[in-house]
Amino acid sequence: MRRRLIVAANALAVFAALLLVWQLILWIFRVPPYMLPSPWAVAKAVAARFPSLLHSFAITAEEAVGGLILSVIAGVGIALIFAQSRWVRRMLYPWTLLLQTVPIVAIAPLILMWMGAGILSVTLIAFIISLAPIIANTTQGLISVDENLVNLFLMHNASPAQLLLKLRLPNSVPSLFVGIRIASGIAVIGAITGELYAGSSSVGQGGLGYSILYASSQLQTDYLFALVLAATVLGFSFLFVVMFLEWYFLHKWHESARGPEAE
Amino acid sequence: MSPDLAAPMIDIADVTKRYGNSPAVLDSIDLYILKDEFVTLIGPSGCGKSTVLKLISGLTPPSGGSIRVDGMTPANGREIVSYIFQDATLLPWRTVRENVGLGLELEGVPRDRREENTSTLLELVGLVHVADAYPRVLSGGMKMRVSIARALATSPRLLLMDEPFAALDEMSRDRLNEELLRLRAEQNWTGVFVTHSVAEAVFLSTRIVVLAPNPGRICAEMPVGLPWPRTAALRETPEFEALVVQVSHALRGALSR
Repeated sequence: MRRRLIVAANALAVFAALLLVWQLILWIFRVPPYMLPSPWAVAKAVAARFPSLLHSFAITAEEAVGGLILSVIAGVGIALIFAQSRWVRRMLYPWTLLLQTVPIVAIAPLILMWMGAGILSVTLIAFIISLAPIIANTTQGLISVDENLVNLFLMHNASPAQLLLKLRLPNSVPSLFVGIRIASGIAVIGAITGELYAGSSSVGQGGLGYSILYASSQLQTDYLFALVLAATVLGFSFLFVVMFLEWYFLHKWHESARGPEAE
Repeated sequence: MSPDLAAPMIDIADVTKRYGNSPAVLDSIDLYILKDEFVTLIGPSGCGKSTVLKLISGLTPPSGGSIRVDGMTPANGREIVSYIFQDATLLPWRTVRENVGLGLELEGVPRDRREENTSTLLELVGLVHVADAYPRVLSGGMKMRVSIARALATSPRLLLMDEPFAALDEMSRDRLNEELLRLRAEQNWTGVFVTHSVAEAVFLSTRIVVLAPNPGRICAEMPVGLPWPRTAALRETPEFEALVVQVSHALRGALSR
């Protein structure tokens, strides 16, 4: 508890120092507000436009959560297929690398063209970009089972279904969570990037990415900063929720399970 | 415990094992193990003693020769066999109780009978106080106890043990040796045990089989005529010492050939 307080105090001190440096730069170099607003101006922008900020936040959160849930479902499904045989893995695994390397900026316009702008397209982009780490980690967890555990199951004449449900699947849960942790960060980035291209076009309906584009075109730099802040908060809360779930499901038995506060 | 001469538990006849094109791991092994025997296979690394267990359990097929387990093929024999591995091989996401019940669960034993068997074994092996703990909090010796309880829960008639106590300190090893014999006296299974430790082999066995490497083959066999029940005090008797010396000699012979 005491240690946690110290950590919190340290973080707060760093934050305060950052604000101070920021303000000093403004004073010394006389930066105009449309280039770099003061911390105070950003705070005012947050307060003044809180409802629309919250609205954008909610839209982006929805897209990122939707994309992440979809990629967990699809990723685990694909990993189950990959776990069936080395042959299947050799044939299909390179294609998942393609998923990881395809520049989302390049396919976003395509998706926009096919599906139109809006939450659905952005969710799809968040899904595509966050799928690969789920597949890779879950597959790893499914196939990296201690050989003698498999032998033990065989000695008791376990069926393939028992091997999967009672051995391979539970064994993959820690790696699945590693995958989800990586994917959660990427899903948020995917949602915001997606919105830059395929966010809702009607004013006030867009998520953080769309609003960032809008605010920068209007030179509302203070609100732009507020949006960036909101995006950071979103990423953080995502990671926090995922790490809490990881702790909740694994702390009883898994060696590496850490509490959300441990990092 | 008088061996019933008419009923072999294991009949290994002229068995050879090689992996791919590499030289034979085991070459022309003949081993006849009676019910109620406790046979220990001992030998230097690479003599294929663990492979013998894999063959008996049907986890790997022989390259030549025949193996019978209580008259059955090794694969069919599995229903009367339990296997204890060098590591405890517990499922970390299951409690001790759930781990002990695993074999019964896989074999489709109904829940109430499963719980009854599990409870009996937890008591027998002295694990009642940690029944609901997860393996990560247990010591190496305790984990191995869970592994033994799990193996015995399915009431096997043949128990295969592959260096189960190799990773433990000597004190835990001695205690578990004594417990293993106590459990055998209560349950009457045939034992095939693999170890590097001469003292362990002498303490546990009714017969010791010494294997030599390159290729793996049987180079000496000796009965262990020490009296039953065997307790910790046995280790300090001159008869015990004499047998340890005798087996050590045979082992040295296996290495020098």
